[in-house]
Amino acid sequence: MRKHTISVLVENQFGVLAKVAGMFSARGYNIESLSVAETLDPTISRMTIVTRGDDPIIEQITKHLNKLVPVIKVSDLTGTPHIDREMALIKVEAKEKNRAEILRIAEIFRGKIVDVSPTSFVIEVTGDDEKITAFLALLKPLGIKEIGRSGKVAMGRGPKTAGVEPNGEKEGG
Amino acid sequence: MKKTGAQILVDCLVKEGVDTIFGYPGGAVLTIYDALYHSPLRHILVRHEQGAVHAADGYARASGKPGVVVVTSGPGATNTVTGIATAAMDSSPLVVFSGQVNTPLIGNDAFQEADIVGITRPCTKNNYLVKDVKTLAPIIREAFYLARTGRPGPVLIDIPKDIQAQSTDYVFPRQVVPRGYHPTYDGHPGQIQRCLELLATAERPVLYVGGGVILSGAAPEILKFAEAENIPVTMTLMGLGGFPGSHRLSLGMLGMHGTYWANLAVTECDLLIGIGARFDDRVTGKINEFAPLAKKVHIDIDPTSISKSVKVHLPIVGDVKHVLRQLLADAPRPRAEIARARQKWLKRIAEWKKDKPLSYRHGKMIKPQAVVEALCRATKGDAIITTEVGQNQMWTALFYEFNHPRQLITSGGLGTMGFGLPAAIGAQAAFPGKTVIDIAGDGSIQMNIQELATAVQHKLPVKVAILNNGFLGMVRQWQKLFYGGRYSHSRMDVSPDFVKLAEAYGATGLRAQLPAEVEPVIAKALKTKGPVIMDFVVEPEEDVSPMVPAGEAINKMILL
Ligand SMILES: Cc1ncc(C[n+]2csc(CCOP(=O)(O)OP(=O)(O)O)c2C)c(N)n1
Repeated sequence: MRKHTISVLVENQFGVLAKVAGMFSARGYNIESLSVAETLDPTISRMTIVTRGDDPIIEQITKHLNKLVPVIKVSDLTGTPHIDREMALIKVEAKEKNRAEILRIAEIFRGKIVDVSPTSFVIEVTGDDEKITAFLALLKPLGIKEIGRSGKVAMGRGPKTAGVEPNGEKEGG
Repeated sequence: MKKTGAQILVDCLVKEGVDTIFGYPGGAVLTIYDALYHSPLRHILVRHEQGAVHAADGYARASGKPGVVVVTSGPGATNTVTGIATAAMDSSPLVVFSGQVNTPLIGNDAFQEADIVGITRPCTKNNYLVKDVKTLAPIIREAFYLARTGRPGPVLIDIPKDIQAQSTDYVFPRQVVPRGYHPTYDGHPGQIQRCLELLATAERPVLYVGGGVILSGAAPEILKFAEAENIPVTMTLMGLGGFPGSHRLSLGMLGMHGTYWANLAVTECDLLIGIGARFDDRVTGKINEFAPLAKKVHIDIDPTSISKSVKVHLPIVGDVKHVLRQLLADAPRPRAEIARARQKWLKRIAEWKKDKPLSYRHGKMIKPQAVVEALCRATKGDAIITTEVGQNQMWTALFYEFNHPRQLITSGGLGTMGFGLPAAIGAQAAFPGKTVIDIAGDGSIQMNIQELATAVQHKLPVKVAILNNGFLGMVRQWQKLFYGGRYSHSRMDVSPDFVKLAEAYGATGLRAQLPAEVEPVIAKALKTKGPVIMDFVVEPEEDVSPMVPAGEAINKMILL
């Protein structure tokens, strides 16, 4: 059971998210995280889906994604050189005695303090899975009050793009 | 030219080559129905929207052309769901149009509003809510393209009432293919070569043929391939007719109610080539004991069907007709010792067949199997047969000899009781001159009996043969074999008098109660011009044999 990051280019249309999510739930596959947003081409959205399964399951997932008509391209990034990033907002308890410590940890992780109150900080941090997990582990003993995570976005390394052709015209027949 | 949404719909249907539609009007499609009033399209008015979808499905399966349905919003749309799911499971091409409430009201729980796009998302190949009248024509073109290409299936288009009335400039659009949709038709040449290598050494091969062969029109290629290689052919329920049942190489159906020799052949074979079939659990039984000695090849247009349940050695993604042509182009004649081994293999199978042929005991009462055999004789094996679900379906599969594709029309994947009568009506609409018979159970026929009125109104002379055993027979059989004979709520104590019922609908009713009455009743029914119900009062507790208990290996058959 390995974690896989799957990048899916879809038509930027109403109902497509429901189609993709419905395929996962109907077939009993798990979504660990999901993020969606428009790409350079406003008719296309990119979904980044993190899921878990053994090889035959991941194979079925990618096949079923490909089978959905509004899905344009599916790439399983796991095992290929790629970058993945997630953003987290973390609200921590900031008692007088801990404030300096929290700031120091945030700095090591290049976190940004985006909100301050007499008893709390909100820290914004970006990174891969490992970095965010490590950051949370360090903050935990100091008192985490709330976490918001964006889910992953991911992209292959190098000059190649996910390349999509425009809708193909066929002679009327 | 300016046209309203409703006029665009009608024009697109005509240009797509549609001649017949099945439907039921209501508030949200009045504008469409007004446009239909002066159109050249034949509209068949059903009595229930489920019937419309099954009828369109029957039309599609008989003709190979997409079936078209028009229904109103809310309850009209939700009534189509069973029909759409039935078509989806059996890859039948449909385009279903539903009316929707006015665009500004969507989401308000307006009168007769249902989120039919949401409801049918998992059982359509694709579906659409039309939000702008300018997109209607391109959506309709795309829907027909999707329904009939690749692995066919049902597509739904939901059209709000205001969109039907809005006008826009219209020309019939060019075909636009969605950029994410590219089915694979030709098999990968490397895989074709590997398949030929496996064939070259196979001494005990079997072809396992499913509905994909019928959908892709590959029956002639299967025949050529089987004969060239001298390989026996077994078929799934959906594949029956894809290879002639009377052919020396036909093993009949395999699986839960498959023939003894087909199931043994699959268990003993050294090469199993699955062609347009999907290793369904009703076929495989216990998965890790399915064809345990065989290298498995799987040819299918849908990659998700491959290695879904049974791990195959050689997948070939492609349209089975294309792939078979590729194989035929390159297949050498089997070498002499392989040819001899295959002769021996066929002889072994023939012995199994001689040992345990399909049989049943005659008695004082009519045997349902005898009715199916008599129907086959009386129609010279040439009728279009639809079925309901249950024992009636299995006896039809086992005792009617299907020699042509598109001759058997049955709900395989979903197993929908109530499918047979409306499907027969649709098939009859496609082929007015053919004999179309629904072989039914007394339970199933009551699920869509109202469609008899449709048949009478539209002069579609379908024949219904009820194998009337007074039980939900297949349920009773399972209760007898696996639930200690406790017939919990499977007896139909009260059913209508089917002869009087037929007459009440303006059809003809006939009854046979003794074996000697079977043939005369069939002869009379076939001579009658309009729709006929034949009520065959049969042995109440006859079982379908052979049977593989659920979850067992398919060679562990019970012969009843
Ligand atoms: C809509 C629907 N409901 C329930 C079932 C479950 N079911 C399968 S076979 C069967 C019995 C069918 O009885 P009948 O139509 O009389 O046919 P027989 O088996 O007696 O030939 C039932 C209830 C089904 N397949 N479809």
